[in-house]
Amino acid sequence: MSLRSPLGRVLGLGAAREGVHHWWMQRLTSVALVPLAVWFVVSLLTLPVLDHAAVVAWMRQSWTALLLILFVLVACRHSQLGVRVVVEDYVHAVGLKTLTLVLVSFVHVLLAAAGVLAVLRVAFGGAA
Amino acid sequence: MSTRPLSPHLSVYKMSRYTLATSIFNRLTGIVLSLGLLLLVYWLTAVAAGSARFARAMHLLSLPAAKLVYTALIVAFSYHLVAGIRHLIWDTGRGLERAQARHSALVVVLVSLALALLLAGFVWFAGASAP
Repeated sequence: MSLRSPLGRVLGLGAAREGVHHWWMQRLTSVALVPLAVWFVVSLLTLPVLDHAAVVAWMRQSWTALLLILFVLVACRHSQLGVRVVVEDYVHAVGLKTLTLVLVSFVHVLLAAAGVLAVLRVAFGGAA
Repeated sequence: MSTRPLSPHLSVYKMSRYTLATSIFNRLTGIVLSLGLLLLVYWLTAVAAGSARFARAMHLLSLPAAKLVYTALIVAFSYHLVAGIRHLIWDTGRGLERAQARHSALVVVLVSLALALLLAGFVWFAGASAP
């Protein structure tokens, strides 16, 4: 006996094998964010002064730029996955839900790109 | 379509349970941190835009009302980090018994509270001063 529904048989679609993708990415980004977020907060708090020259000097250190870029990218991905679930849980109208999910994705990609671009500009000497 | 059951089935839970409180607070702090990402990227772009723009941004970020935002972010960061580690431990299959989960909920609240106080103390009494 097959467990597939008649509709599933007709459509010929099986499992896409992506069922755990969201779950796995959320865990992967969580694990990465523990050291990255702690590093970011500790670095920010231990900067002697928060004036422009000090922040630029800090960001021009190559490992700072690298870790900042990783932090921005991973945090944006983690945030997008998290906000997505919240929208899916509480926004029930299909059209509004889809629209919100598209906007959530776009905003996160925009944030990630803007953040990385800003770090690169400082790292490569764009900021005077 | 609209008659189908919806998840999460909020009405079937006892709303006073600590499990519900710890779960919903993790979600809430996650949302706060997502908003914090906006602030982070705004700050990074201000750094990249030069010292004049940076000074204007830092002026905005030093307004008294900003302290409320930092308090929310500190609490959210502390709780989401500690509760997130609890979730990662759960994912290994450990600590899922009822008594263990109740115990770890208390640990999460106490540790995150201590971390938040530590961070707040550092920010306002020992941290970098804005120019």
